[in-house]
Amino acid sequence: MSNENGLIYRISGPVVTAVGISPRMYEVVRVGDEGLMGEVIELHGDQSVIQVYEETSGISPGEPVIRTGQTLSVQLGPGLLTQIYDGIQRPLPKLEETMGVFITRGVDADGLDLEREWEFNATVKKGDEVSSGHVIGTVQETETIEHRVMVPPNVSGKVKSVKSGTFNIKETVCVLEDGSEIAMMQEWPVRHPRPFVQKYAPDVPLITGQRILDFLFPLAKGGTAGIPGPFGSGKTVTQQQLAKWSDAQIVVYIGCGERGNEMTEVLDEFPHLIDPNTNKPLMNRTVMIANTSNMPVAAREASVYTGITIAEYFRDMGYNVALMADSTSRWAEAMREISSRLEEMPGEEGYPAYLSSRLAEFYERAGRVQTLAGSDGSVSVIGAVSPPGGDISEPVSQGTLRIVKVFWGLDAGLARQRHFPAINWLNSYSLYPQALDQWYRENIAPDFPEVRTEISTLLQIESELQEIVQLVGSDALPIDQQLTLEVARMIREFFLQQNAFHDVDTFSDLDLQYHMAKAILTFQEEAKKAIAGGGQLEDVVNVPARTDLMRGRFEKGYAERISDLVSEMSKQIDASMEAN
Amino acid sequence: MSGKEYRTITDVKGPLVFLNKTEPVSYGEIVQLMLSNGSIKNGQVLDTSDDQVIVQVFEGTASVDRQTGVKFLGDVFKLPVSKGLIGRILDGAGRPRDGGPDIVADDMADIIGAAINPYSRQSPESFIQTGISAIDACTSLVRGQKLPIFSASGLPHNDIALQIARQAKLVGSDDDFVVVFCAMGITAEEYNFFVHDLERTGALENSALFVNLADDPAVERLITPRLALTAAEYLAFEHDYHVLVIYTDMTNYCESLRQIGAAREEVPGRRGYPGYMYTDLAMLYERAGLVKGKKGSITQFPILTMPGDDITHPIPDLSGYITEGQIVISRELHQKGIYPPINVLPSLSRLMNAGIGDGKTREDHKSVSDQLYAAYAQGKELRGLVAIVGEDALNERDLQLLKFADIFEHQFLRQGRDEDRSISEGTLDLAWDLLSNIDTKYLVRLDQKWIDKYHPNEKSGKEEE
Ligand SMILES: Nc1ncnc2c1ncn2[C@@H]1O[C@H](COP(=O)(O)OP(=O)(O)O)[C@@H](O)[C@H]1O
Ligand SMILES: [Mg+2]
Repeated sequence: MSNENGLIYRISGPVVTAVGISPRMYEVVRVGDEGLMGEVIELHGDQSVIQVYEETSGISPGEPVIRTGQTLSVQLGPGLLTQIYDGIQRPLPKLEETMGVFITRGVDADGLDLEREWEFNATVKKGDEVSSGHVIGTVQETETIEHRVMVPPNVSGKVKSVKSGTFNIKETVCVLEDGSEIAMMQEWPVRHPRPFVQKYAPDVPLITGQRILDFLFPLAKGGTAGIPGPFGSGKTVTQQQLAKWSDAQIVVYIGCGERGNEMTEVLDEFPHLIDPNTNKPLMNRTVMIANTSNMPVAAREASVYTGITIAEYFRDMGYNVALMADSTSRWAEAMREISSRLEEMPGEEGYPAYLSSRLAEFYERAGRVQTLAGSDGSVSVIGAVSPPGGDISEPVSQGTLRIVKVFWGLDAGLARQRHFPAINWLNSYSLYPQALDQWYRENIAPDFPEVRTEISTLLQIESELQEIVQLVGSDALPIDQQLTLEVARMIREFFLQQNAFHDVDTFSDLDLQYHMAKAILTFQEEAKKAIAGGGQLEDVVNVPARTDLMRGRFEKGYAERISDLVSEMSKQIDASMEAN
Repeated sequence: MSGKEYRTITDVKGPLVFLNKTEPVSYGEIVQLMLSNGSIKNGQVLDTSDDQVIVQVFEGTASVDRQTGVKFLGDVFKLPVSKGLIGRILDGAGRPRDGGPDIVADDMADIIGAAINPYSRQSPESFIQTGISAIDACTSLVRGQKLPIFSASGLPHNDIALQIARQAKLVGSDDDFVVVFCAMGITAEEYNFFVHDLERTGALENSALFVNLADDPAVERLITPRLALTAAEYLAFEHDYHVLVIYTDMTNYCESLRQIGAAREEVPGRRGYPGYMYTDLAMLYERAGLVKGKKGSITQFPILTMPGDDITHPIPDLSGYITEGQIVISRELHQKGIYPPINVLPSLSRLMNAGIGDGKTREDHKSVSDQLYAAYAQGKELRGLVAIVGEDALNERDLQLLKFADIFEHQFLRQGRDEDRSISEGTLDLAWDLLSNIDTKYLVRLDQKWIDKYHPNEKSGKEEE
């Protein structure tokens, strides 16, 4: 390595310029007397420009800069799950141990505990041919997740020896005939996607238990979604709901430049929440990255890469992984801040010209793939976007919407009416239904897609009728249109609204969602009949059994009771006609 | 302290001074400028290299010339901290302004403040009763929250902030709050208003004030809130105080930030404000909360005036993205003569759910709050419809909701500047009384069990049994 030691020439916020070294791009360097961690982001004549992952005040020109020869990498292996990291994979509990409750600087910490021992069970034997990505053994990492130890990239050959037993993650567990030694831990540079064989088109939904998402605007396993919305519209609650209830096997949650207390909330809650798919605490499958708004921006920039690399690593094991990034706008702003310190030519609204390609590269790392080991795994990516003033014509929203296949548009107006989730059903979209319909027909109900279409058509019609109502009042509409308004109201209040903070309402499985949607259509059907037979709309709408049906969703055991409630409603509507 | 004085200023631009040929100077280092007229100014290093150093001068660069001497003090900005800060009035740079002695420091604290490790935070969940119904019922405040007041010029945000400071208490506890008050560019008149009120109620002895007024140096405003928060952290986390930080006006702070950005010829973000304003604000607002193993807490009430009453303006917008909700003051309500003119509809407390309910406020709180909110929102919307189609087009339900909107504004929102309503008897019972103007069958957000227990008409029959 040439010129290992250089000197600081200039410091401007998180950006430091060094002279006297010639590092590679994206090489990690140690900056100043305290050895702060930094990454080379530009080479400029004899100057190397470095973004520093820690606070730089008090550092002076003339202090040393030392090369490490490494690029910014994460440690991958058993011990990732249940952990909470900062943007550069330093475990926050470890930082607390060494620095106390405030994050000071100059402290290094390994991403994984190198001392801890794990029970390794070899799944290959002497003489087996193995190559990159091939699983050579397993570790029960948490109660629910089996960690599959893989041959690191660019290693292959015949197994010379392999041993089961208790080891730490740096000890060799397997030796190949060419002498390559394999341990449970590997490292990977975060800015490079991990290799796979090929991408498949996603055809299975990621079930989130959130009715408006699953039913109207579904995301596929391996798909991408963007959630733009002004502050207070529900981005974080939606992301947390996905982290809690989606049927992914692994969840990577990135708090990127947002509030500290929101991460605390996740930390407090997840160990107590039970995963409906495994009946074990959700924490078992979760990895968290918290680089909050007041932590160094360069580490915020890195946090999304740290997160997605960890997600890819679990995908390589054949898992379905879901990654949430809250908020990608803060990541974009970190890029903007660094770029402006570099005095780069700005693009729109001061963002660097490469903003949209960075966004695209990030979302491209999502996908359902055939792994190197030949199995099927996926990474779904859901990015929150925080457009200034809620106006999505800005560059980050636009750059995101060009790439993602699902748009969950949060609406300030709905949030103000406390209609939650405040996802606008008129302008949101998903491009996946076509690819998923087959799955719904086979797994939920043969007419699932048709029911969805009916529900969304009713909502469309409602919005047109509402325009008339605004002018003349609803009493002026013909009776059948008044009924349509009632049905649409039922869709909104009973089906689309879902209280994230209610024990029962917080999650509905897809079967139940289907039955709830059917119940609404049954109501419409019965009401039409009753009105045709001389019943009064007012009476039909107010049958007590309909209220029971609607309120029932807050009670346990609703799935078992819903069909009885629907029959009772039909009976009462029928009776209301006779009463006339 | 290097002590060496340089006379190598090359350029002066706005609040910035550029100089060269120095020894190595640290980023963030504190600087003194010795003017030829004998006066001294203070500054801080914004950019440093072998060739050039850029200094931001807090008091502005008037009278600075090429002969001005520049001394680098070898350290970053620190505030002398001790319990003696309580009861003191300091200026925007932390010097006594009350004629009293210098603060005898127990410690020197870096004013930038380190980030709290998210893993070390404790979730805020203790309800603070402010005695103001609109806040207590609809946007409940909890200890450790950062809840700004979004106001606009000419509105009574100061009265509200003071009323909160006077009345705030933890129900069933007599821990008092210590107030740290931070003025940034407000007028002397506003400042006097605050001080007199704090004096009147005896709160001044329990407060620490950091004051930068409208005619004080604008750039100094960039450090004033950092001093205040440093004091708050020291009192909360070294001495177990519950600290209430009120700072006003964030809008002036942001203007100073913009001024520095412009002087550095930075590429601006939205509407001329620096692209890093979000991060900069977060480094203030995030200095609120509770941490594991410490008894004290920091609750923040930043006040900002929305330019042009526009909530999408970058200052309220970026603030709202960081704080844990907002209390929005409405000009419309103010013009109707309603105090406090809090518009609960765009207001929000993100930490409310954690702080209310059985054992904290009352079991029906959430239900009542949802119902108040829904009924008021619908009633208010109907006002628009009535303006077009007239009241005749409304059905019974709509008529009741329309009427409720007025009742809500005049009887629930409106209260005296010294009226301190308790959450249970004062606020929630009042809410039930007012809601009873609407037929129970339209009160769909209220659980039946609460109706049976608290509804004035429905419950009375039961109580007699
Ligand atoms: N699904 C939901 N159910 C109930 N309340 C919600 C829901 N989504 C959002 N909210 C409410 O809206 C507030 C703001 O939501 P949040 O996700 O923090 O917004 P954002 O991240 O967009 O600023 C929450 O504190 C909560 O009160
Ligand atoms: Mg959020």
